[in-house]
Amino acid sequence: MTEFLQQLLNGLSLGAIYALIALGYTMVYGVLRFINFAHSDVFMLGAFAGYYLAPIVARVFPSGSVAGAVVVLLSAMAICAVIGVTIEYLAYRPLRRRPRLTVLITAIGVSLLIEFTSQHRLVFGPSPRTFPQLLDARTLDIGGVAIGTTQIVVFVLTAVLLAGLTFVVQSTKVGTAMRAVSFNEQAAALMGVNINRIISFTFALGSALAGAGGVLFAMSYTKIEPLMGVQTGLKAFVAAVLGGIGNLPGAALGGIVLGVVETFAGGVQGLSNYRDGIAFAVLILILLFRPAGLLGRAQVEKV
Amino acid sequence: MSLLEVRDLHVNYGAISVLHGVSLRVAPGEIVTLIGANGAGKSTTLRTLSGLVRARAGTVVFDGKPIANLPPHEIVRLGLGHVPEGRMIFANLTVHENLQMGAYLQHDRTAIAREFDYVFSLFPRLKERERQIAGTLSGGEQQMLAIGRALMGRPRFLMLDEPSLGIAPLLVKAIFQKITEINRERGITVLLVEQNANLALEVAHRGYVMETGRILLENDSATLRADPQVRSAYLGG
Repeated sequence: MTEFLQQLLNGLSLGAIYALIALGYTMVYGVLRFINFAHSDVFMLGAFAGYYLAPIVARVFPSGSVAGAVVVLLSAMAICAVIGVTIEYLAYRPLRRRPRLTVLITAIGVSLLIEFTSQHRLVFGPSPRTFPQLLDARTLDIGGVAIGTTQIVVFVLTAVLLAGLTFVVQSTKVGTAMRAVSFNEQAAALMGVNINRIISFTFALGSALAGAGGVLFAMSYTKIEPLMGVQTGLKAFVAAVLGGIGNLPGAALGGIVLGVVETFAGGVQGLSNYRDGIAFAVLILILLFRPAGLLGRAQVEKV
Repeated sequence: MSLLEVRDLHVNYGAISVLHGVSLRVAPGEIVTLIGANGAGKSTTLRTLSGLVRARAGTVVFDGKPIANLPPHEIVRLGLGHVPEGRMIFANLTVHENLQMGAYLQHDRTAIAREFDYVFSLFPRLKERERQIAGTLSGGEQQMLAIGRALMGRPRFLMLDEPSLGIAPLLVKAIFQKITEINRERGITVLLVEQNANLALEVAHRGYVMETGRILLENDSATLRADPQVRSAYLGG
């Protein structure tokens, strides 16, 4: 039983990070109907932003404090928001009226560009680095289940970010405009919505969440490298599809489900090498029975 | 002095020319209708005026300002509202949120509250359904919502594209009555595109008859209704 709870906890914290990244995929899909493959690299850049920011922040805030970790997190989010908006402006906006496939291939190109530039020794270099410890490592023992302070902070921050996102999307003017644009861009334009501005805002929001995911991932797993986004980003993309692409609660749910399934598969003797395979098998099974994803609604594509 | 003046408008969809030289004018306070068969270019004309479609040539002057090929969100800002064909309500938002979107460019809270009251007085049904997801409304209710949403932006000039489409005949009557009411009480100038020419010419002061991308006839409604050519082609004898 404790074993089960321990795995569940580990799965949830991994899933929370998938959820943060998956939201960016699904939001961009919602307004532009394409998959921003460079999103996983924004996640990586978030982790590196945290890596370089941590020593600077440590000069002001006592090291190991929650406040310091939050400042690192927020700054990395801001940097990633700017990066995301820039990518959209330079790479995707000029292709707005082109076939979607063109944009999709461009997204893959942007992703490769970031990955290989980052591996250059003048940038980050290819070898993994150890992420600085932002919080004092302490482990609480609750009935045999070990909970690290980092894990708790990751949970709380993820919950706060998800609540914040829900508020922005559901209760603010710009959030309502985002939903309107995602439903019908032309109708939104007729209301006076500047579509480009909403798209920039969507990229800022999604990229900030990916940046947060990067920092939280680095805090939990301590090793960062330029290709860290490839695997994690792919999983988060799968999570977004699993939940129903374009659906925000779906992305969060998909992330959690995937994280938990993957962790449990990894915890079974003899199966741990197949954890990714099992996670993807679950995806295939779910999509077989619910092709639109867990919370997605089947939509007839307009031709 | 016209509020809207369109001169020699040309529009292409790809290589195909769909409007070849449309000219029309609408004076302030008028209800003008644009009638014609399916595919004559009526909707394209409206979509070009509101900026959804780019013009290849020609000028559009609204209230003394050239507006051809401005982006839609800047044209709305000038007071030109468009209730598009097929209504295009935000089916994923509530009725209330749809109306809020209509007031997207309005910043004065008391003015917005006043517009809500006005729209609800015009269409009490919308008030009853305020918290409902708009996708669950009936066709007629969705049309009311689309008109109400456009009114929330406090337009001086309102373009309506086929408001009778797919709506029960009884409701059509009511909606056309509301259009006259909006025009008379609010002084909003109306450009109405309609396939139901009989109905359109009943409420409009003047009309244009369109055929395959150009204006064929122009006259006041009574004259058009008496015109034998119009009668046989558009009014069912």
